[in-house]
Amino acid sequence: ALALAPPGLRLPAPFRQALLPLPVYLLVAFGCYSLATVGYRLATFNDCEEAAVELQEHISAARTDLRQRGLRF
Amino acid sequence: MAAGSPDKFSVLLPTYNERENLPLVVWLLARTFQESGNNYEIIIIDDGSPDGTQEIAEQLEKIYGSDKILLRPRARKLGLGTAYIHGMKHATGNFIVIMDADLSHHVSLYFIKQKEGNFDIVSGTRYKGNGGVYGWDLKRKLISRGANFLTQVLLRPGASDLTGSFRLYRKEVLQKLMEKCVSKGYVFQMEMIVRARQLGFTIGEVPISFVDRVYGESKLGGNEIVSFLKGLLTLFATT
Repeated sequence: ALALAPPGLRLPAPFRQALLPLPVYLLVAFGCYSLATVGYRLATFNDCEEAAVELQEHISAARTDLRQRGLRF
Repeated sequence: MAAGSPDKFSVLLPTYNERENLPLVVWLLARTFQESGNNYEIIIIDDGSPDGTQEIAEQLEKIYGSDKILLRPRARKLGLGTAYIHGMKHATGNFIVIMDADLSHHVSLYFIKQKEGNFDIVSGTRYKGNGGVYGWDLKRKLISRGANFLTQVLLRPGASDLTGSFRLYRKEVLQKLMEKCVSKGYVFQMEMIVRARQLGFTIGEVPISFVDRVYGESKLGGNEIVSFLKGLLTLFATT
């Protein structure tokens, strides 16, 4: 059980009623925040097209150069 | 380090079955270092790969010279952490680069960033700036973002990408961190950054493009996810 009344302090009933669902609210709020954040980051996750193209070019250049230098793949 | 002595970069490349990727990585690294005029060495730590990775490494050593390509193989698969320790023993540079053998994009940006901010660590991030990925489906992106979100919330690491594959460390910093880190696999990379923050080291970030494995299969499976979560919770509890 949650201790809502530290010794010596007596909260009036309405406060206690308001405070009781607080953990659940916080959890739900955090859940919504998480979903929104992850969703946003997922949507803005960069796709690097040029990097992929560049990599392919590097691979061909590498294979040609290395073959010239005697590498047997 | 003597005053005025130039920087030297030691790249640690643990390999297991990277016969196809290794020549490309070495070629890209060598070219980048030559273009930027930096002194370098590449230390290849092969764990007895059955696909002939070591044989390719030997050919590369002949092509580039044994002062640039150092072969320090091991008999069998002994894990990433010990591979780094093993590699560091032979490293003569004052900066250590840690990377996967399947990616070496934009290595030169790292040096610039390090000089810029005189950082102890420079880490590649897929999540900031024009960093990103290529060839990932929605599910993989979701897992990545979800895991990273969880990591940020629990650990507040001060770096946006903890499991990216590319880092530059000052040698003394890496040595200090290796002494302190105990995790394995993915989590080991994360622990390094968390400990670094704790010890007050400075971390710079550079956006990197993570292009999906050109050759070979990715090593991410259900088991990895479970051990990632376990590791994350352990780190949360112990750091």
